[in-house]
Amino acid sequence: MSKKKTVGAIVYHVLVAIGAFIMVYPLLWMILSSFKPTNTILATSRHLIPTQWTLDNYRNGWKGFMGYTFATFFKNSFFISLLSTFGTLISSAFVAYALQRLQFKLKRFLFILVLATMMLPPQIMMIPQYMWFRHLGWVGTFNPMIVPYFFAIQGFFVYLIMNFIGGVPKELDEAAKIDGCSYYGIFFRVILPLITPALITSAIFSFIWRWDDYLSALLYVTRPEMRPISLALKLFNDPNSGSDIGATLAMSTLSILPATILFLIFQKSLVEGIASSGIKG
Amino acid sequence: MEKKKSLRHFMGQEKVAGYVFSLPFIIGFALFLMIPMVLSLYYSFCKYDIQNAPTFVGLRNYVNIFQDEVFWKALKVTCYYALIGTPLKVIFALIIALILCRDTKATGLYRATYYLPSIIGGSVAIAILWRRMFESTGIINAFLSLFFPGMSNFNWFSESSAIWVLIILTVWQFGSSMLIFLSALKQINKELYEAAMVDGANKWKQFWRITLPLLTPTIFFNLVQQTINSFLAFTQSKLITNGDPKNSTLFYTLYVYNKAFPTQGKSQMGYASALAWIMLIIVSTVTALLFLSRNKWVYED
Repeated sequence: MSKKKTVGAIVYHVLVAIGAFIMVYPLLWMILSSFKPTNTILATSRHLIPTQWTLDNYRNGWKGFMGYTFATFFKNSFFISLLSTFGTLISSAFVAYALQRLQFKLKRFLFILVLATMMLPPQIMMIPQYMWFRHLGWVGTFNPMIVPYFFAIQGFFVYLIMNFIGGVPKELDEAAKIDGCSYYGIFFRVILPLITPALITSAIFSFIWRWDDYLSALLYVTRPEMRPISLALKLFNDPNSGSDIGATLAMSTLSILPATILFLIFQKSLVEGIASSGIKG
Repeated sequence: MEKKKSLRHFMGQEKVAGYVFSLPFIIGFALFLMIPMVLSLYYSFCKYDIQNAPTFVGLRNYVNIFQDEVFWKALKVTCYYALIGTPLKVIFALIIALILCRDTKATGLYRATYYLPSIIGGSVAIAILWRRMFESTGIINAFLSLFFPGMSNFNWFSESSAIWVLIILTVWQFGSSMLIFLSALKQINKELYEAAMVDGANKWKQFWRITLPLLTPTIFFNLVQQTINSFLAFTQSKLITNGDPKNSTLFYTLYVYNKAFPTQGKSQMGYASALAWIMLIIVSTVTALLFLSRNKWVYED
């Protein structure tokens, strides 16, 4: 019986591990190919491990194109993603606190509107928002990619944090109130420190989505020095910009590095966050 | 001094604090969602090319859209993608979740690995990689030709198969649905299985009689979420196929984009606005239909 069980366990692990390998194979292929001499990548595409390791693709790719190196594109992406994520966190936490803990007349109505924003994804809002931002003179600036996020416009971050605040015992609020804390004090001294896990999960998703956001860059970036990594990578890969496959794969690998590192560090809280809140990925 | 005190008292009221904390959303909703929506509703009744002032044309955009062959084509392509890609993705997620719900030392690692593609799948890097992989000289054909020698030059980007390149990409990203299934599986009461065992039900029967019915709310949730997502796919189709060949991968949102920002000719913002409004109505209708179907098959206790 126990022997049969062991064999079963081994078969299970072998099959699941093979499945996992197939799942990440495209990524492994991209990463390892970026270390092959560029002219051998297609010919040796079936071999995962390079026979000859080189960093040339990284050197060549980093030079960028049209007078701007990838340092500029990475800097733009970090600027946009970090700022919009900060805005998302602080504004969503504010609104979540109001909707979860405070009693006021329009509360229910506002909550329905928050849920409604989840039905208005950026793809539908693309044209309406573009025309509005054009009126405001925001086309050709970073504003459309940063400012709206300071106003809690992504409903599910509000919803996610609301759920988390719901799990904080109300007695803590009451105790702080008795000690003379105002509602503002309760938020900053009691609630905010206790919802750190929800903030971390939100921060990671927000950062990755802003980092990957290609649509906004396509609509609002008009000058080469403003390009974030998503747009730059696309242009770099265009056949007429004379790029080589090695350099493209090298820069692609660098571009997924921030998301991958965040994922590896916060893997556990992300997986739990997703499972409990049902965020899309 | 007196004034300052009364302001403080005013701000300290619970209802006032409620509005103060909600203020970011109230402003944001009005400024970045409400105004653009109203504006675009107005423009959808106009002829507007951005350069010149809009002129009111009544329902003409809407009438033209329903006679526009490309509109119907884009709608068909999007529905095909949603109707095939979404169930495949959810079924995959469920199967892998059932396999990974066993607790072993490596389980955490497995879950993370199967989930990783979902985390980075939306990036431009993956779109570029996907295009390269499915080129006739790419690794997909290189591997397929090992088993099917005729496949070494297979053209994935033909009219009939290009959509499948995009479907495979979306199915690959089943990770977040999988995690949601996993957490639902954990919540199923173990005693139910023990009772079923006593009654002599085998694993297969247990799955159909216990696991599946209890998972229907989760299946429903995943279906709704993924259907909406696939109706709105943009980046990957724009980057991988750009609607080609012969509009066989022209997703609806890509069509809207092309009307608003054509590579040549004048922008048709009014037309694009009308298209966006039709999309909003379609997505709301589909969601409503899914919710209406809920009572028919979702188990609730």
